[in-house]
Amino acid sequence: MTINSNSRVKQRLSVREQDARIAWLLVTPSLLVILGVTLWPIISTFVLSFFVAPTGINQVRTFVGFGNYLEMLRDPAFWETIKRTLYFTAVSVGLELILGLAIAQLIHSRPWGWKFLRFSLIIPWAVPTIVNGAMWRWIYSADFGALNGILFQLGLIEHYVPWLTLSGAAMNLVILADLWHTVPFVALILQAALAALPEELNEAAAVDGANAFQRFWHIRLPLLRPAILVALIIRTVEAFRVFDIVYIITSGGPASKTITISYLTYLYSFSYGKQGTGAALSFLISICTIILAILYIRFLYRPEETQS
Amino acid sequence: MRYRKFLRELVLFLLTIPVLLFIFFPVLWLFSASLSTQVELFTVPPHWIPAHPTFQNYLDIIFPGQAASSVPRTFGVALVNSIKIASAVTLICIVLGSLAAYALVRIPFKFNLHIQIGILGTRMIPEISLIIPLFIFASRLNLINKPIVLIITYMSFALPYAIWMMAAFFQTVPIELEDAARLDGCSRLGILFRVVMPISVPGLISTTMFVFLVAWDEFFYALIFTSTLAAKTAPVAIAEFIGRFAVNINGMMAGGILAAVPPVLLALIFQRYIVSGLTAGAVKG
Repeated sequence: MTINSNSRVKQRLSVREQDARIAWLLVTPSLLVILGVTLWPIISTFVLSFFVAPTGINQVRTFVGFGNYLEMLRDPAFWETIKRTLYFTAVSVGLELILGLAIAQLIHSRPWGWKFLRFSLIIPWAVPTIVNGAMWRWIYSADFGALNGILFQLGLIEHYVPWLTLSGAAMNLVILADLWHTVPFVALILQAALAALPEELNEAAAVDGANAFQRFWHIRLPLLRPAILVALIIRTVEAFRVFDIVYIITSGGPASKTITISYLTYLYSFSYGKQGTGAALSFLISICTIILAILYIRFLYRPEETQS
Repeated sequence: MRYRKFLRELVLFLLTIPVLLFIFFPVLWLFSASLSTQVELFTVPPHWIPAHPTFQNYLDIIFPGQAASSVPRTFGVALVNSIKIASAVTLICIVLGSLAAYALVRIPFKFNLHIQIGILGTRMIPEISLIIPLFIFASRLNLINKPIVLIITYMSFALPYAIWMMAAFFQTVPIELEDAARLDGCSRLGILFRVVMPISVPGLISTTMFVFLVAWDEFFYALIFTSTLAAKTAPVAIAEFIGRFAVNINGMMAGGILAAVPPVLLALIFQRYIVSGLTAGAVKG
């Protein structure tokens, strides 16, 4: 008997141990891959940022401490780039949220054809970023583009305009192209969140005499806070590191007017042959991204308010 | 009252029109360009609907045998590369990711929480912060211009993404089911494969779709790591041609449409999984 119960205890203990062993078995393959393709490179990038490292495999590296960082911080072009990147991020994310929320609310109001509208939003969301960029570049084309075509036929311009070479317009045109792809994403998230909200509150408020705008502002918007937060974090982090769409539409031009921080990093690392500086810049981007995410969560995530 | 209701319906409907125009105008213009001949494309003002529509641009890409220009040939190969690479990445991520996700969600073990936070953290790291060491490493091993280098490096964003999404789905599986299976003498792995996985099929579909989409969409790694036909993906092919004016733009537009078809079709077919995927992948973060 005693032997029996003893072995049962042993068995029960070993179930936990066995579980832990199985857990490691399940986690280890992923962990090894992630360590190999993210942890090791990010540490490597950090180390590299303290060296002058010409592009190439067997180049000699010289330790410069914080030299690469200081060089950047002293360079006015760097601050210009930061400003430009923040402009892109603020304008595109701001507009995405406003338009996305408006479209989500529009779908939620169930106008005629709302299912088709929701269905349609999926298309721009799913079109690859590079295809989207190429499409808009062709729309903006100075010689045969659709934008010029429309404005010309409407009589708004007398001659075709080389839009992407106008230094004031280029960045905004890139933002417009980006919006085509990202507004649907935000709209889809917020629409789903709206659909999941309890209707009772809304109806109660309507009975109490609140108008549509008040109901939206005082009831739906606070309840939507978590969904808005999610969209905001994802989009800000992505917008801050924007590269693809800039590369394809303007390649940084005209006269560097659309060079963003990621693009500058790309140039340093792969065109200017200064990988140490590129590493320093890319490490700064990572830090900024993480700070942004933490700030947002601090400011916007107040769980007690989101409970209904 | 009825009049007011009608007015409301009308205003709402009128509001949907600019949204639909904004969505469809660019795509239709792209489509129209892909059906045009070079001559018709280069007209001022533009022919909105081609007078002589032709599917030649598509045929040249799908059957690149006797195509005159290098654009369709490149696109044909690049699309196949994209399919291979995105499929391989998706398969690996689903297998490794769902195993890891299950352990992280349901098995208490030392460092479980640390690993979860670490995985969330890696989702914040941009590709550009990883590219230089990866590039040096790939050059040393002679992996540049080979599909395998993209399959490996895509793991850096696709695998944490897959783990995080699958974890969110596994969390919704009622724990009572697992306890019941356990009482019936089912082992941990038995529970995972016979109880949890079958229930999580919608989650698996959703994750598969999302991972495929992000892998298909990826541009930066592909730009840095590939330049020859051996591994070049569709986005790189598009980027390569867009800057050159002499290149046949209509062929490129057809290539763009073809590159957009797989993700758009996937998304439309699995429409009902998108929202659950967006929220599962996101709300948890």
